[in-house]
Amino acid sequence: MSKDTLEKFSQEKCLKLFYEMLRIRRFEEKSAELYSAGKIRGFLHLYNGEEAIAVGVMEMLRDEDSFIGTYREHGHALARGVSMKSIMAEMYGKVEGCSRGRGGSMHLYDKEKKFYGGNAIVGGHLPLAVGLGLADKMQNRDVVTACFFGDGAVAEGEFHESLNLAALWKLPVLFVCENNFYAMGTQISREESQVDLCAKASSYNVKSVAVDGMDILSVMEETQKAIDYITKNESPYFLEFQTYRFRAHSMFDAELYRDKKEVEEWKKKGPIVRFKKLLEEQKWLDEAKIKEMEKKIATEIQASIEFAENGHWEPISHLTKDVYCEEM
Amino acid sequence: MCAKKMTYRDALKEAISEAMRNDSRVFLMGEDVARYGGTYAVTKGLAKEFGEDRIRDTPLSESAFTGAGIGAALGGMRPIVEIMTVNFSLLALDQIINNAATIRHMSGGQFRIPLVIRMATGSGKQLAAQHSHSLEVMYAHVPGLKVICPATVEDARGMLQAALDDPNPVIMFEHVSLYNMSDEIEDNTKVDLKSAKIRRSGEDITLITFGGSLHKTLQAAEELAAQNIDCEVLDLRSLRPLDHDAILASIRKTHRAVVIEEGWRSFGVAAEIMALVMEKAFYELDAPIARACGVEVPIPYAKHLEDASVPQVPDIVAKVQEVLNSDV
Ligand SMILES: Cc1ncc(C[n+]2csc(CCOP(=O)(O)OP(=O)(O)O)c2C)c(N)n1
Ligand SMILES: [Mg+2]
Repeated sequence: MSKDTLEKFSQEKCLKLFYEMLRIRRFEEKSAELYSAGKIRGFLHLYNGEEAIAVGVMEMLRDEDSFIGTYREHGHALARGVSMKSIMAEMYGKVEGCSRGRGGSMHLYDKEKKFYGGNAIVGGHLPLAVGLGLADKMQNRDVVTACFFGDGAVAEGEFHESLNLAALWKLPVLFVCENNFYAMGTQISREESQVDLCAKASSYNVKSVAVDGMDILSVMEETQKAIDYITKNESPYFLEFQTYRFRAHSMFDAELYRDKKEVEEWKKKGPIVRFKKLLEEQKWLDEAKIKEMEKKIATEIQASIEFAENGHWEPISHLTKDVYCEEM
Repeated sequence: MCAKKMTYRDALKEAISEAMRNDSRVFLMGEDVARYGGTYAVTKGLAKEFGEDRIRDTPLSESAFTGAGIGAALGGMRPIVEIMTVNFSLLALDQIINNAATIRHMSGGQFRIPLVIRMATGSGKQLAAQHSHSLEVMYAHVPGLKVICPATVEDARGMLQAALDDPNPVIMFEHVSLYNMSDEIEDNTKVDLKSAKIRRSGEDITLITFGGSLHKTLQAAEELAAQNIDCEVLDLRSLRPLDHDAILASIRKTHRAVVIEEGWRSFGVAAEIMALVMEKAFYELDAPIARACGVEVPIPYAKHLEDASVPQVPDIVAKVQEVLNSDV
């Protein structure tokens, strides 16, 4: 992260990026609180520490591009512009939620935003991304599908089958690996015989690059290059963003497998603190501006909670709705 | 004899550690079983005692490590494979159905596969449609497998012990609502893998169930007792083999039955039992058999919808009353 790169972007854009990351962080913190209060249930996986990836990639994707992700997807949904109210209502299980209360935290969807969902079978959505890319190619649409997944997914057969297929068929898929070095309690070196994930992608002839995922400017630059490459070469691309999750895997995790010191070290390299420092040095950001942002975010979060609280439980008589499409 | 109070979780742990102490061929593998301590904490602390060779963390590779369990069993080991939850076991379905269930037969009886595959099953924790299903019946459909569903603390230990002594592949389902249940159990109780058990003796009607639904069924029987309806509750314990004699004996005694299961209604365990009674004891019936089953919908996230999608105590009570009112 350097001043030189910073100067490629306007102050306005940088403040917007900073704001988006902060917005996700505060949303996740509030979600944890609401989980403890019993308002949100099921599994809840927070994105703290990884915000630069969702914000940076979404910034570069065009409205017509699709994306698909995992159960750790609140940040992606927010950065894409899925309304915070509908996400909060979803986590409350209300019918006003973005999946009508059927999915919960792990299964946010938004067709209008071309968001093909939070998926909770690790690796299970990579083939879907290949298929979305195939549909785009067969219908001559000049768009990209971004597929987010964790380092853990790389061990599943579906990762390997999907990369091979995407390369073989020359599909416009951007594989975005959020490598936070842990799959639940398993550190990557205990999960992978080859921890250089790009080497795996390269072995399928998929162009691949490893990037500091804590540096939002690099995330954006590398994503732009990837999109250009996919468009020009009609081929998939693999981005490995190295990052770290600051919180437990889910709300059930006692974190016995990692050292608190390790977490603290990573927090110092966090995407928000680093960008904040750079922006302050550039005199683009100061405490007053941050305060203003915090206030705006708090207001939005509060409104989303009120929206969710005032939402409705879908009548039980609708239980079997949407198992099949209605008759045409 | 001496009795001990323990949880279902501890009962499983006791069976595992006992087998590992007595037989060096026994080992356990699965995701996050060692460092993390197991998703449902069944293996917590075991890596300390037995080392990470025998309590073996695996990558997210259900197909490969389940297949490796089958291979290790062929090679003379006695593996226990832990799969986090039944929905994820679908990634290993090929290994289980095409390999574990067939090799004995395809080889003309030359090989044996002494393998235990344990997995969590069932709903109730608002984990939505990729983490909550009851797919026991899919495995129970397959010759070559044994399928067990211990519903009590004593059975958790006893059936796991029996499974470990069995020379065949045994699939063991642990309903997520049972892990924290505790009970006093005697030392050295023996359980087999083929006998159903009467959990409550009664004269008026037989309630047939297994796994997580047992406790709801017993509660329903209590409520019905207050209405002077005397229910017999039969816990199947094993789905394959299915204890035909026990089912038919109870039908001959009460002449009425309701079958209760969390799995979807069509083509389910209840359907199998109804067909069995139709074939073998049709003239014993005073009323058509009824079933309280899962509603045919992927399990939704919202609590009230999740609860409505599997049989609850009032549903069981209502079904019993319906049967008693429909006497021919
Ligand atoms: C097929 C499958 N196996 C196991 C799980 C349980 N599980 C959920 S998340 C997870 C870890 C995934 O790690 P990673 O892919 O690195 O993503 P992260 O959570 O770190 O973002 C596991 C084991 C699952 N959901 N799906
Ligand atoms: Mg990870």
